[in-house]
Amino acid sequence: MFELLINYGPKLLDGAVMTLQLTFISVSIAGLLSLPLAILRRSKNILWQWPIRLYVSFFRGTPLLAQLFLVYYGSGQFRPELTELGLWWFFRDPYYCALLTFALNSTAYQLEILRGGLQAVPYGEVEAGVALGMPRRLLYQKIILPHTYRIAFPALGNEIILMLKGGAIASVITLLDVMGHTRRVFSQTFDISVYLWAALIYLVITTVFVLVWRLLERRLTRHMFYQRDIKRITPVEATSTKMEASNVN
Amino acid sequence: MEWFEYLSFGDSGWGDELASGLGITLSLALVSLPIGLALGFAVAAASVSERPVPRIIAFFFTTTIRGLPELLTLFIIYHGVGLLISKTLKWFNPEAGFFELSPFVAGAVALGLVFGGYSGEVLRGAWQALDKGQQEAAQAIGMNRLQIFRLIEFPQMLRLALPGLGNLWINLLKDTALVSVIALSDLMRIASVAVGATKKPFLFFLTVCLIYWVICIFFEWCIAKMEKRANRGIRAS
Amino acid sequence: MNKNLCSLALSVFLAAVPLTQTVAAETTNLRIGTEGAYPPFNYFTADGKLAGFDIEVGRALCEKIEAKCTFVAQDWDGIIPGLLAGKYDVIIASMFITEKRKEKVDFTNPYQKSAMTFVVPKDSALTEFSPKALAGKTIGAQGSTTQGEYLSALYPDSDVRLYPTQDAVNLDLVSGRLDAQVGDMIPMLDWTKKSDDGSCCKLAGTPITEPKYVGDGVGMALRQEDDKLRQKLNTALAEIVADGTYKAINDKFFSVNILTLK
Repeated sequence: MFELLINYGPKLLDGAVMTLQLTFISVSIAGLLSLPLAILRRSKNILWQWPIRLYVSFFRGTPLLAQLFLVYYGSGQFRPELTELGLWWFFRDPYYCALLTFALNSTAYQLEILRGGLQAVPYGEVEAGVALGMPRRLLYQKIILPHTYRIAFPALGNEIILMLKGGAIASVITLLDVMGHTRRVFSQTFDISVYLWAALIYLVITTVFVLVWRLLERRLTRHMFYQRDIKRITPVEATSTKMEASNVN
Repeated sequence: MEWFEYLSFGDSGWGDELASGLGITLSLALVSLPIGLALGFAVAAASVSERPVPRIIAFFFTTTIRGLPELLTLFIIYHGVGLLISKTLKWFNPEAGFFELSPFVAGAVALGLVFGGYSGEVLRGAWQALDKGQQEAAQAIGMNRLQIFRLIEFPQMLRLALPGLGNLWINLLKDTALVSVIALSDLMRIASVAVGATKKPFLFFLTVCLIYWVICIFFEWCIAKMEKRANRGIRAS
Repeated sequence: MNKNLCSLALSVFLAAVPLTQTVAAETTNLRIGTEGAYPPFNYFTADGKLAGFDIEVGRALCEKIEAKCTFVAQDWDGIIPGLLAGKYDVIIASMFITEKRKEKVDFTNPYQKSAMTFVVPKDSALTEFSPKALAGKTIGAQGSTTQGEYLSALYPDSDVRLYPTQDAVNLDLVSGRLDAQVGDMIPMLDWTKKSDDGSCCKLAGTPITEPKYVGDGVGMALRQEDDKLRQKLNTALAEIVADGTYKAINDKFFSVNILTLK
């Protein structure tokens, strides 16, 4: 088991770099695309609303694996047309195909999350801004967006983890991420333990990410914890919590 | 219309094969669901337990399942568990035969585990959101623990957990596509096989995308109906 | 709380037990593992049935040893683990007999001769296939195969891509994502000569016959403890070669005799 780690450990770490790269770049692109689309999605104009609705529904309603195959192998069928458009260099590379698919997929999910966030901004805050004579740009910059992202923050973290895990299917189109290297090593050694090492790598990445994200969230919402931190639990409250707990069983 | 011919039912087209693949996809999801729900209830019960040991087990289970790619979970179950059980059986009895874990069973167990890990959290949240006063009232009129769960807690938990479980069900349907990688002839796999034979990747992968899409939209509609029904006794705020 | 733990254990147990079964390895009921994505050796037809050279050889052998045969399709990466896990009793999937595989499984006598070849698009300018000449080029092969190992070992400076199926490699050679691929001699010959999409491409370079990679031919793989079955299959193989059954199947699929490659 450890012998395997010595022989193939560096490869798995190479794979981890690839996994992190794929995830980071695709969720960043999605992060940039999702906000304007989420704002447009909320517009009353059907011309904006429906195409975006359709896009979100499609990418959330189909498996990522099917999307990846559609982009990767599907584009191969249109090589002459893509060459003519000068796009073939992009679709030729499995790495770019995976990035494109993951970014499109993540945009759909992030867009929905941000839409929920935008909706949850209390209207009174916006009205207050309007009353102060803020222009629309400033309104978004100072009131709506900070609040939206604070609300959406935990959900965005979940989405990034889902992308990180979903990204494992990039191995199916020959990319050598953690999963890709793992499958290669398994096919050479038939040693099950390589899967357990891969599991450990993924668990470490996700755990570290969750911790970092929680710290960030705490920092973003520190004004909300201010009150709670100085509050002392009164004896009455303490006993009542205890009573509730004892009633559980 | 050569596209039509490729997708036709019958010996020359792939329509009937795709339909049988769809059958496998749906039955896999349907078999995984009860496994996952049972596991989810167990995890939820363990994570609200008074004692630390079940809580810790539930915590590690959910963290692990939620931290691993579904594809990896599937590979571990498929390649690992069958071999492990075979070896254990051999150790007890060298004459023992082989323990077979078919792709379908491996897929159902892996997807069930994933569903269990996530639904455990949803159900725990629902359980904790219940009004504890109701429990006290039920005890006061002499109901036992099982009755309280069956008549008061469970129906409300379902209502509260329905949106979360609905999402997980949709995810489960989509995750079934992963079993194509371990050669179970589900919708996705059949599409790949058809692409190998016909060299029409765009046509077939687009078709399966559309099929999954329709299924997901259908179930989203069903879930919305169920939510509406479950909430019929609740005053609209 | 114990009750909860109990029900957890029970539900896991109940979920696993009725759906699985222990299967004893018997020869009267032979389960044959194959890939189903490797035409013309083994592939699925449009009506969803397995067909091909391997399948027909398998059926002929079954007839000789008087066994009832079922075919099990299995992805290539998992084909040896599947055999070891007892999902089937023998692999008939055009597998090269190599030293590395022999550590895990036993092989019957060869039922095809083995060689590998480079395949390039017809308009390709590549004429040299040394690791130096192919540095920086993109070369594909199916993963978990001798071709894949050959490329991984000898072409570290090329972009080596390993695919889950041979079909996928072909697809990417046709679409131009690959500069070249390494494949099994016989199916590549067949693919470039007979199929529409394969007409894009041609065999190139000298055939690769290094025994370290291509081994001693193509055999059927069995678990190492199934020596009886191995001998049975060897006898049956000799019989179908002697009585012309093998040649009849061979001629259905290939223009050369693939047992001798002449």
